[in-house]
Amino acid sequence: MTRQMTGAKMVVQALKDQGVDTVFGYPGGAVLPIYDEIFLQNDVKHVLVRHEQGAIHAAEGYARSTGKPGVALVTSGPGATNAVTGLTDALMDSIPIVVFTGQVPTFMIGSDAFQEADTVGITRPCTKHNWLVKETDKLASTIHEAFHVATSGRPGPVLIDIPKDVQFATGSYTEKKVLKSRYQPQVKGDLSAITELAEAMEKAKRPVFYTGGGVINSGPAASQLLRELVEATGFPITSTLMGLGAYPASGEKWIGMLGMHGLYEANMAMHDCDLMINIGARFDDRITGLISKFSPGSKKAHIDIDASSINKVIHVDIPILGDVAHVLEDLLKVWKSRGRKTNTEALTKWWTQINEWRAVKCLTYTGSETTIKPQYALERLEALTKGMDRYICTEVGQHQMWAAQFLGFDDPNRWMTSGGLGTMGYGFPASIGVQLAHPDALVINVAGEASWLMNMQELGTAMQYRLPVKQFILNNERLGMVRQWQQLLHGERYSSSWSESLPDFVKLAEAFGAKGIQVSDPKDLDDAIMEMLNYDGPVLFDCLVEKHENCFPMIPSGKPHNEMLLGDASTEGAIQSGGAVLV
Amino acid sequence: MSALRIKKGSTSHSAYNLRPDFSDVEERHTLAILVENEPGVLARVIGLFSGRGYNIESLTVAEVDHAGHLSRITVVTTGTPQVIEQIKAQLGRIVTVHDVHDLTVEGRPVERELGLLKVAGKGDDRVEALRIADIFRANVVDSTLESFVFEITGTSDKIDAFADLMRPLGLVEIARTGVAALARGA
Repeated sequence: MTRQMTGAKMVVQALKDQGVDTVFGYPGGAVLPIYDEIFLQNDVKHVLVRHEQGAIHAAEGYARSTGKPGVALVTSGPGATNAVTGLTDALMDSIPIVVFTGQVPTFMIGSDAFQEADTVGITRPCTKHNWLVKETDKLASTIHEAFHVATSGRPGPVLIDIPKDVQFATGSYTEKKVLKSRYQPQVKGDLSAITELAEAMEKAKRPVFYTGGGVINSGPAASQLLRELVEATGFPITSTLMGLGAYPASGEKWIGMLGMHGLYEANMAMHDCDLMINIGARFDDRITGLISKFSPGSKKAHIDIDASSINKVIHVDIPILGDVAHVLEDLLKVWKSRGRKTNTEALTKWWTQINEWRAVKCLTYTGSETTIKPQYALERLEALTKGMDRYICTEVGQHQMWAAQFLGFDDPNRWMTSGGLGTMGYGFPASIGVQLAHPDALVINVAGEASWLMNMQELGTAMQYRLPVKQFILNNERLGMVRQWQQLLHGERYSSSWSESLPDFVKLAEAFGAKGIQVSDPKDLDDAIMEMLNYDGPVLFDCLVEKHENCFPMIPSGKPHNEMLLGDASTEGAIQSGGAVLV
Repeated sequence: MSALRIKKGSTSHSAYNLRPDFSDVEERHTLAILVENEPGVLARVIGLFSGRGYNIESLTVAEVDHAGHLSRITVVTTGTPQVIEQIKAQLGRIVTVHDVHDLTVEGRPVERELGLLKVAGKGDDRVEALRIADIFRANVVDSTLESFVFEITGTSDKIDAFADLMRPLGLVEIARTGVAALARGA
């Protein structure tokens, strides 16, 4: 016997059946029937954000920190268009989220009705898949399929557009277990390719693991297997921004993040290696630098669940299509069964070389007694929160890169940042999503003042739900990364890259009922951070830092890995006109 | 901190230039894409091409399996081998795409296109148009005292050639279906 119910009730029922406990949303005319059903039950908690973009980023934060899909619910028209940035962000970073949008009734679609937008049309390029459901009978099965698509294969955002008449009408509910989806991405890797990789690992003189967000998306088992593989082989490991935490930063084989603002030793190892093992990363342009000079002497293996990531940018010698955890399990088995061989003599030399690069200490910066250096602020934050049950979000810009450089992540799902899209305004709502998923944990959003202002309205959400998120704002009164590029590339013409008329962040916090702390003297920093940590509630931490600090090391646009800039003195003329057209 | 003067390529074994790379030569490929016949599926496929900057030389689409709700999209595209591989991989990850066949790789496919050409004229031009149509095995599907509509089937090249010949004889309008293609053999 199939259950009969309204479309609106189906939405809530399907959420329960999918194990959803939290929905981030904002009501409006076209979703009122669903909000009615939410009102009538207590299993699914609705969190009222202050802007639809905030709902999507919060759902992303929830998803990244739990590994479960995040869910958002917004209305038609502007509700849906406001969701577009978050959807694109989730698509670029492969974050599983399920977004429900209301739509005008089916008989009004196409009439330019009030708050009508072609939501599936607008979101087609920024979702993994989307659906406009025109019949109530198909609603439940579509929702179950949507969860399946969002979380299978390479995860991503999906959207379900539900006209209001479909929400009101009664139909039969399709149970979750009935769903037999045709969409079944391959998870097991080809054994002969895996064996080829194991052989290459046995012979490699200068191997490096280059890991990415795919390890984290693959689940905790993938991180465990990666650690086992690294320890067993003794190979050095670096990671992209998205993959931080899959291998512990405190681990012996960790050589730091790679890429445009990655560590010298990591980028040099990538350039000079003879075997590069890419696990769940996608050769992003922030990683490769100048493609024609990218790691010229290496054999490259690439493990990825998305066939379109393989050979997209960099030609690889050993492509392995499959899920990271599945492939690593097989790789370990094969490598062990072949006798756990590595070229130990060559490896020892390789590590000697890497340690020489490490000795450069590329993160060194000039300290100050009078001004807080942003790097120093993050070093103190790291020291004072080490060992705590800690989750870090960031906005986008210099502070994001410094956070990646100066904070250490020992576990996956602890680091939420907008990597692919680079969305300013991501971090604050994301921190709200993380805190809701982990009520007792310490959740810090490392921010710049400009990014933070982009979604500052969410302070209302943090207050309403008593979410003690700590907003650690490195305030340089500049759009720091833009300013840095203008200095290096545009003849120091600082066009619109400073923040005028900034609010008094302490008063701003107080206006919402939150706590504001301002600090400008390095001597007061530790006490101020402790005050922030000890306060039970949202804190706006306004850390006034050096205004003209540049973020180094840096691979300038259009340069290869081994031509990194390490400090201010070397930046003049570093980027030529060819590189200036790149972003 | 002072600038580090690092020698370019601190290892001397760069074999990069020796390694066979993808060719830069553009190729023409005919792809057959089997898709679920659901609203928006054509927009997904076309959006992929426009969004990622791929070429479409010709596009044909129709439902081919009514019971199975399957449509077949035939796309003729051009690109370097790396781009062609990307196009296939990107198409393959669209959730409603069932199958992508590169007919050009699977063997020289049978490719056919249908063209309708309206030719207006009088006197000798009319006679000449009919004569050429006969040579090309084009059928007259509409006739007035001043015009013909010819129906011609064949490869795109054949239709191009026919249109070129009809142009001086009074070609006024042309409609083409785009390429439909099947792999040869069983």
